[in-house]
Amino acid sequence: MILSIQDVVKSYSNHVALDHVSLDIPKGKIFGLLGPNGAGKTSLIRIITQITAPDEGQILFDGEKLSPKHVEQIGYLPEERGLYKKMKVGEQLIYLAQLKGLPHSEAISRLKQWFIRLDIKEWWDKQVDDLSKGMQQKTQFISTVVHEPKLLILDEPFSGFDPINANMLKDEILALKAKGTSILFSTHRMESVEELCDSIALINHSQVVLTGEKNEVRNRFKSHQYEVLFEGDLKQDLQGVDLVSLEMQGNQAWKKAIFKLQESVSPNQLLGQLIPQVSIHKFQELIPSFNEIFIQVVKSSNNQ
Amino acid sequence: MDKIFLVIKREYLTRVSKKSFWIASIVAPMLLTAIYAVPIWLATRDKEVKHIAIWDGSGLFTQQGLAHKEIAFQLLKGDVNQIKKDFSKRGFDAFAAIPANILSNPEGLKIYSEKNLSLSLKNNIERTVQDKVREILLRKAGISTLKYQETQVDISSDTITLSKQGDETTSSSGGAMILAAILGFLLYLTLLLYGSQVMNGVIEEKSNRIIEVIISSIKPYQLMLGKILGVGMVGLTQFLLWIVLTIGLSTATSKLYQAPARMASMTQASQSDELKKNIAKAESSAQPMEELNKVIESTNIPLILGSFFFYFLFGYLLYSSLFAAIGSAVESAAEAQQFTFPVMIPIILAFILAQFTMQDPDSNIAFWASIIPFTSPINMMVRLPYGVPAWEIGLSMILLVGGFLACSWLSARIYRVGILMYGKKLTWKEISKWVFYKG
Repeated sequence: MILSIQDVVKSYSNHVALDHVSLDIPKGKIFGLLGPNGAGKTSLIRIITQITAPDEGQILFDGEKLSPKHVEQIGYLPEERGLYKKMKVGEQLIYLAQLKGLPHSEAISRLKQWFIRLDIKEWWDKQVDDLSKGMQQKTQFISTVVHEPKLLILDEPFSGFDPINANMLKDEILALKAKGTSILFSTHRMESVEELCDSIALINHSQVVLTGEKNEVRNRFKSHQYEVLFEGDLKQDLQGVDLVSLEMQGNQAWKKAIFKLQESVSPNQLLGQLIPQVSIHKFQELIPSFNEIFIQVVKSSNNQ
Repeated sequence: MDKIFLVIKREYLTRVSKKSFWIASIVAPMLLTAIYAVPIWLATRDKEVKHIAIWDGSGLFTQQGLAHKEIAFQLLKGDVNQIKKDFSKRGFDAFAAIPANILSNPEGLKIYSEKNLSLSLKNNIERTVQDKVREILLRKAGISTLKYQETQVDISSDTITLSKQGDETTSSSGGAMILAAILGFLLYLTLLLYGSQVMNGVIEEKSNRIIEVIISSIKPYQLMLGKILGVGMVGLTQFLLWIVLTIGLSTATSKLYQAPARMASMTQASQSDELKKNIAKAESSAQPMEELNKVIESTNIPLILGSFFFYFLFGYLLYSSLFAAIGSAVESAAEAQQFTFPVMIPIILAFILAQFTMQDPDSNIAFWASIIPFTSPINMMVRLPYGVPAWEIGLSMILLVGGFLACSWLSARIYRVGILMYGKKLTWKEISKWVFYKG
């Protein structure tokens, strides 16, 4: 575990931001931290980055109690981006890298590599003010990773990136993961969760309401529904199967049906019953998207 | 610790590399030099000789008696009305008509000119006539000019302060007052100037949102301290530049002026009258220099300079930490205005109190104003040139350091909460709550 968050409580004057939160964040994986606005994600991130301290509970970083020396092993890209406007890009990145403990010469040589790699060499002496928003985002991303942190915390990293730069960023994140960096990824965008995350945790109302490995979580929310695309007439006397919906597919003679299987029935048994009746074009299990899981879990925990 | 140094370095370098810093550093000494150099220059530059026609109705004046170094007088005979009509055609700048009864009617002198006469030209003409008239009046009264001049003595005093041990030091209260006023005003200005620079720096970081990145690397108090020290060093650098440049510029300009002034007085030395006048002038212009030397001799310069740096440093630290706290709480410079007022009040109050302190440096007001931390930097600096007992200086310094520690503790507590607060309706009550927030 890169991070072991144990029973952390944080309260502000008029509300509880984190209510006995426990989470384990595995090493070398991308961990998605999900939750609606105001759920407590930012509070948790600020405790991990040691901007604030928890009221109760403790956090272990790579097995040790989290302490100021770990600051240099964490890279943090906050949701609200910001750089000194009146400073040159190169100077600014050197400064930020030095604050993360890199010696001056080391900072320069690593930054130069990044500038070559992202093909932005001509930015070095430009003032931040003169960069476009996308360029500033790239600059800030470099500042987050240049000290090669063990743990990278990215808060909505894709916001403000155009599709091309978003793709570049995704590739960089995956490359960092391949090098062994652990990544904590806080987002609202479920498609990037499906694409990138290995595990997730969902926070709502200051508590962890769902956590686990991505596919395992998805399996948990499977409702044993199957979608079948077929041609022919379907008789209604299927055993152990409920027909959820049936609709025509445009002008063709094809129809789409969704079946819900009872516990004891396997998909093969459904197919066995269907094959004599109709000709099948497509057969597929319906797996819930993270969007659906997110909405379902948040709604049900709100109702409690 | 080395991270605070990084912050100091950034704050210092970004400010010192700005054009505005260098403009302020160079322009201020030039202005200061100009304030005293321009009058000297005006006084020493070669004046255009004015041609003045004189009609003498009294018969007391001769052409030789009208010799003047800036004005060419020419005694004219003839009809007054005719001269009045054509003096300008004949190349005169003005025409002075001396009435026959000038001795009994001193207001009877009339000066005609096409353009308005300059005040100094009018005075010079009047003086020339007046000197002659006085001389004649004195002679008539039986007093020789020499005797009369002997009676025109100037009284000036040396003020001497007696220490308890009976040591005598010649002091100059006028000079001390000027020195005190300059030092006090300088402190007042810098507290406001650099205090608000710290505040604007904090607001910039907060509104830029870079603050969250920075404080995930260093502690908020490190950032605050680094910023305050960095800006403070910019202030010290500016002082140093001001002192060096002012001294350099003013020695250079005074050297430049002394040479031609001496040359001028030598060429005019042929006329013995003029020589006397020049010597008198030189003596009177040397007096402020003498006065200044007296101040420098009678005041303890190392004490004054040492104290100035102490009071600047801690006064600045105290106020700038309060300014930093305000900067952290607000989101824009506009919003900051209403909150800076309570911090400005003690600075302005200290400046007002300094006027009283200057008038009576041993009064109760002066004592308390130079002891209480918020007003002590300005007021103690104002009092110092007059002499202050050591225990009072010591107490004032200890209290100032204590005041700084208390203020910076308070400010750091507000700062660490404030820099992460966005979109909150600010009140003093809300800000005071932050002091007691945990972690």
